[in-house]
Amino acid sequence: MDLLKSVETEQLRNDIPDFRPGDTVRVDVKIVEGTRERVQSFQGVVIKRRGSGLNETFTVRRVAYGVGVERCFPVHMPRVEKIEVVSKGKVRRAKLYYLRKLSGKAARIKKRV
Amino acid sequence: MKAILGTKVGMTQVFDKTGRVIPVTVIEAGPCTVIQKKTLDTDGYNAIQVGFGKVKARGVNKPSKGHFDKGQLSPMRYLKEFRVEETDSFEQGQEIKVDLFSEGEWVDVSAISKGKGFCGVIKRHGMHRGPMEHGSKYHRGSGSLGAKGPARVYLGRKLPGRLGGERVTVQKLLVVKVDSERNLLLVRGAIPGAKKSLVTIKNSIKA
Repeated sequence: MDLLKSVETEQLRNDIPDFRPGDTVRVDVKIVEGTRERVQSFQGVVIKRRGSGLNETFTVRRVAYGVGVERCFPVHMPRVEKIEVVSKGKVRRAKLYYLRKLSGKAARIKKRV
Repeated sequence: MKAILGTKVGMTQVFDKTGRVIPVTVIEAGPCTVIQKKTLDTDGYNAIQVGFGKVKARGVNKPSKGHFDKGQLSPMRYLKEFRVEETDSFEQGQEIKVDLFSEGEWVDVSAISKGKGFCGVIKRHGMHRGPMEHGSKYHRGSGSLGAKGPARVYLGRKLPGRLGGERVTVQKLLVVKVDSERNLLLVRGAIPGAKKSLVTIKNSIKA
């Protein structure tokens, strides 16, 4: 079992900030366009965080031009250049799927201090 | 012919260069020792006998101890033979390590699959099931066993029985990573068998 752990731990990143569902984050992802590489950022509310260790992923939801967009990232993915916590939110659920049905004022999240 | 013995450690995932997640099985492969060379003259075929795994001294009986003593080698847990074209390139006592394989190669992995016990025809042969409701009395049975004509069941008819616990080979798996320091081999996808069970890794015949 230790061998399996050692394979996993060497891939884990330690520059991941502490964030939870309800927080607004900006994720900078490296993307390849033809031969060029550039950074694309995706900002939105974290609506879920699942898994543990190397297997952990989180989903970010944002509403772009009236259309809800959700992107799921592995937490330890090397292509994620930076995760920045823009603001902290106070929520009473671990999975914020209810946000999908809400829009505008109703989709606001209380600030966490 | 490249071949090595190892034990299955378990499955995990790794990120490749493009950042994609690849499911991998970690195998602790080798180091193996060539215990005996079998040649056409003495044995009727060319092969190398390879030993793998630690074993306590009291776990070895006298006949098998004698076999290892012949080459002044320490006893090993598993012994397996690999057919080779010619044995000249091998020496008794030679070590076979994981660095035999390199990243991007294709391998075939064989092991004894997990025993599933007595299984029905759906799990064992992938047959379809009947309706569970609406007055149906035909649920998971094997169905017709054949025509009335021959008045017997043809040999090879797929029926319930023991599933698993047999040697299974998965062909053409990609070697994702080779770690010669820790004797680890990371292979893309799943391989048969339980954790800690013996696996045989050969270069793929389909590559």
